[in-house]
Amino acid sequence: MLEIEDLRAEIDGKEILKGVSLSIGPGETHAIMGPNGSGKSTLSYVIAGRDGYEITGGSIRFLGEDLAEMEPEERARAGLFLAFQYPLEIPGVTTTTFLRTALNAHRKARGEDELDPMGFIKLVRAKTRALGIADDMLKRPVNVGFSGGEKKRNEVLQMALLEPRLAVLDETDSGLDIDALKVVADGVNALRDPQRSTLVITHYQRLLGYIVPDHVHILAGGRIVRSGGAELAEELEARGYAGVVPEAA
Amino acid sequence: MATNATMTVEEPAAIAAGRAAFRADGPGGAAAARLRQQGLDRFTALGLPTRRTEAWRYTDLRDVARTAWTLAPAAVDPAQAAPWLADTDADRRLVLVNGRFRPDLSTPDLPGVTATPLDGLLADGDGAAAAVLDEALTSGERPFLALNTAFLDGGLVVRLAPGATVGRLEIVCLTLPGGDAPAMSHPRLIIEAGDGADATLVERHVGPAGPILTTPVLQITVGAGARLGHYKLQREGGETSHLATVLVQVARDAVYDGFMLSTGGAVARTEVAAVLTGRGGECRLSGTYLGRGRQVLDTTTVVRHAVPDCRSRQVIKGVLDDQARGVFQGRIEVARDAQRTDGYQMNRALLLSPQAEIDSKPELEIFADDVKCSHGATAGELDAEALFYLRSRGLDAERARALLIEAFVVEVLDEIADDAVRQHFTEIVTDWLAADRADHGATAERGAA
Amino acid sequence: MAAVEETLQQIRSVTNERYKYGFVTDIEQETAPKGLDESTIAFISAKKEEPAWLLDWRLKAFRRWQEMPEPNWAKVSFPPIDYQDAYYYAAPKQKVAPNSLDEVDPELLRTYEKLGIPLDEQKVLAGVVAVDAVFDSVSVATTFKAKLAEAGVIFCSISEAVREHPDLVRKYLGSVVPTSDNYFAALNSAVFTDGSFVYVPPGVRCPMELSTYFRINAQNTGQFERTLIIADAGSYVSYLEGCTAPQRDENQLHAAVVELVALDDAEIKYSTVQNWYPGDENGVGGIYNFVTKRAACRGRNSKVSWTQVETGSAITWKYPSCILQGENSVGEFYSVAITNNRQQADTGTKMIHIGRNTRSRIISKGISAGRSDNTYRGLVRMLPGADNARNFTQCDSLLIGDQCGAHTVPYIESRTPTGQVEHEATTSKVSEDQLFYCRQRGIDEEEALALIVNGFCREVLQVLPMEFAVEAQKLVGISLEGSVG
Repeated sequence: MLEIEDLRAEIDGKEILKGVSLSIGPGETHAIMGPNGSGKSTLSYVIAGRDGYEITGGSIRFLGEDLAEMEPEERARAGLFLAFQYPLEIPGVTTTTFLRTALNAHRKARGEDELDPMGFIKLVRAKTRALGIADDMLKRPVNVGFSGGEKKRNEVLQMALLEPRLAVLDETDSGLDIDALKVVADGVNALRDPQRSTLVITHYQRLLGYIVPDHVHILAGGRIVRSGGAELAEELEARGYAGVVPEAA
Repeated sequence: MATNATMTVEEPAAIAAGRAAFRADGPGGAAAARLRQQGLDRFTALGLPTRRTEAWRYTDLRDVARTAWTLAPAAVDPAQAAPWLADTDADRRLVLVNGRFRPDLSTPDLPGVTATPLDGLLADGDGAAAAVLDEALTSGERPFLALNTAFLDGGLVVRLAPGATVGRLEIVCLTLPGGDAPAMSHPRLIIEAGDGADATLVERHVGPAGPILTTPVLQITVGAGARLGHYKLQREGGETSHLATVLVQVARDAVYDGFMLSTGGAVARTEVAAVLTGRGGECRLSGTYLGRGRQVLDTTTVVRHAVPDCRSRQVIKGVLDDQARGVFQGRIEVARDAQRTDGYQMNRALLLSPQAEIDSKPELEIFADDVKCSHGATAGELDAEALFYLRSRGLDAERARALLIEAFVVEVLDEIADDAVRQHFTEIVTDWLAADRADHGATAERGAA
Repeated sequence: MAAVEETLQQIRSVTNERYKYGFVTDIEQETAPKGLDESTIAFISAKKEEPAWLLDWRLKAFRRWQEMPEPNWAKVSFPPIDYQDAYYYAAPKQKVAPNSLDEVDPELLRTYEKLGIPLDEQKVLAGVVAVDAVFDSVSVATTFKAKLAEAGVIFCSISEAVREHPDLVRKYLGSVVPTSDNYFAALNSAVFTDGSFVYVPPGVRCPMELSTYFRINAQNTGQFERTLIIADAGSYVSYLEGCTAPQRDENQLHAAVVELVALDDAEIKYSTVQNWYPGDENGVGGIYNFVTKRAACRGRNSKVSWTQVETGSAITWKYPSCILQGENSVGEFYSVAITNNRQQADTGTKMIHIGRNTRSRIISKGISAGRSDNTYRGLVRMLPGADNARNFTQCDSLLIGDQCGAHTVPYIESRTPTGQVEHEATTSKVSEDQLFYCRQRGIDEEEALALIVNGFCREVLQVLPMEFAVEAQKLVGISLEGSVG
């Protein structure tokens, strides 16, 4: 699914990722944990193709394609979804319009017909019901005036609608209360199947209690310094970053 | 147009008088003589603005134009000036009477401060001083700056030493006519805050009740990393026409904190043009005007962001009673490359009488895309709900009204960073409101009777 | 490279082929001799078989115009206009005036089909919109006249109104915009050739939307239409206006006057989608759109609502205004102005509060891209006696790229203490982060930009009649894709 080899990347000439290697197979859930400033968010932005994040070495391949050659929207249409740590506000654009525009862009890329507004509303209502999200969110402008929890629910709704092959969750747990956390986790878990993979990026072990990873990696100083199973997250929780990876502290 | 060519346009009395009073040979040597001549030429070319002049569309100068002004006398007995200085701090002041610097009334040897008569500098061939005046004359269409230059014969240059913490410094501009004839004075000040200097300037304008025209021009530069508080107080007599120009340049990482309180004069206009010339600069330009009778109080500002990464902030509030008119014209300009500009401007006016008027023209002129600029303006009367709320808590209508008006104005005084100045200005504002209330009460009683 | 910059480059690489209305109709036409003097005016008046009072009215306006200076206060610049180097009358040649659509030149009908304005009533969904089609100097067809007449609504060309309803025309023409009002209004009064006339009788709610579609076709010809709408007591009408012109290298002048009169309890909703040819990316060609639009809310409780989407023209100089004279009358102005390439727009409104309890609302959204300049210029005036008048103004500007300009010039004059004026203005840009967020959801850059800009304009677009709103939304996207970027 996702093959990262010796990836190096910099922002404004400053090297942040210093040789990251990671392989995620179909159906797998991986977690990347790391202290602040370890390069976690940079990794997610490099995967999604944000401007200003320059790849200086190594490679990222997604479903066999070289991501470095693709525009952000091409990556998205190929099945890559990034749940943002800080979802953006788009004043005046209702969530419905935004979702429909995004979904139709995907459908068009796949050679399918675009959904008309009525057909779309039926589909999106089914998704909101399954996720336990209030329909009123659909009428409001994208993320404008949303609470932190609502913004993250909106991310999960978008993910449920676009049905990505790989979902990258960037600090999705930050600022969430327990109820919102469960909605998010349920949404992610509902999408889990042998053909889909998930990469959870987080500082804390909390979310991993709800989205149980197959593999856990610790990112520190721009490198993956340790990998293991779900138990590694628990070890981190018990001993802290300083205890588990002294070089990270 | 052909039809106009045959009409004879009478020269306004003010221009004729200006020409009559003009003498090229004053103090300051050849440089001053040249500047005076250029000032006169420029003034005659620009003419007196009328309401058809866009920059003056709300301020009527027909009274100024009709008057034959004579120059206020050069020599004034210190004893005559003394009563007007009672409010000022004798230990920290620089005094100009009729535009001339008066060392005898000023505090000598203030640490970090060099105060030099402008005419002296010009006579000594100080090219820098002449260049500053030249720049002002050609910088825009400002007839009263030109008139001020035409009558250049005193003036003061204040230099604040780099890195000096100067504290509070008062500059007093007093106009005292020799007799009953309408008199004009043309104070000119150059203020240079050196790099890293820190000072608080209080600029006071005072004078008697008779007909006076004063055209103060201040040219201020705030050096890199310097901070200059500049608090102007205009409390001249009821027949004064106060037509002031303030030109400010704010260098890298410098802070200019300006505030104007205007309560005096028949027509009082302060036109401020501030330019942020170095990254990281900050310009604050706030104020309040309190008008009654037939006063016209005009605040006209242009803040120009010439370089990236600067901030500007303006909060202007006015209270207008009787037939008074308030004018606020404020423009924020953001130059092509001045990215990451943060500009804010707010103008609020309260009309206390059915004959009062507020004219407001807040402008944005933006040529860069990565900017955050906003302005707002409101005009109206007191919030009826707030009034009702206070009355429901037991305050009578008059008291509730007074409280809300005071709250409205006093809030803007928070823009003044200096505690002592803020307190002083607050007293002036509350006194004005109390006096207005007293008159207003009397009017109300008359109305009831 | 930054995403916004990339978008801009992409947009730049697309030429203005996107102006899909740039074609020319090849049709035999009749013109007045080139140039402008009293004989031109006599020619126009004679062509239209006008009564003497109207010729007289025109000539007075012309004499006044000759004494007036061209206004120079707007933030627009253009080379001097040679008023003698243009035609003031151009009309498709036809032997007899058509009595029905069957007699209209099929070439003209095809032109309007191509513009998406079918004039064949059979092809229009029954009772949706009645259209007056103005082609250069004359009205070529007005649809649904019979159906409207049943309701008592008069909808015809102004030339026909002069003949058929002279009393109404004489009473109201020039009563809102006097001939001497301004330079371009005076010129229009002297040489106006056609336009629409609407009269809605007391108590009638106009059974369908009325619309005029203006088309400039002829070369070197100015278009000077005149529209007059009267909503009598208790009536309601919604009126739509659309405009296009061929793509030509020289500038063409369009100086229209629109007068609206709303009597007691009447309401007029006037919507414009202005898509005149804007010129190419170097500023060659395009329409000079110098228009005077004004409404008199004369009656108690009357209401006029102006909505405009301005995407075309090389230069726009336009301030649809309301004189709020009747007690409790309401004026509204909703505007989207998009400028791109070298376009210049100086547009806004005037709200003059005279009556008690009058209210006005101004929502203006300016979008500048390319090397364009976009200015909001507005006046809110509250006169003594306008007790308890209220105004709210919101002006937002959006800049796309660092070579354009956005300006806000409001004039606020209040002489009534019980009046309340509130004005807010902001300036912002489309952020890189917003674009990236959209792209991460699979939306390409151009579509993301259109989406964000449409969101920015939402408050205005949502007050447009449904059919217009869809067209306007697409136009927002197109003008940014095609011409901007």
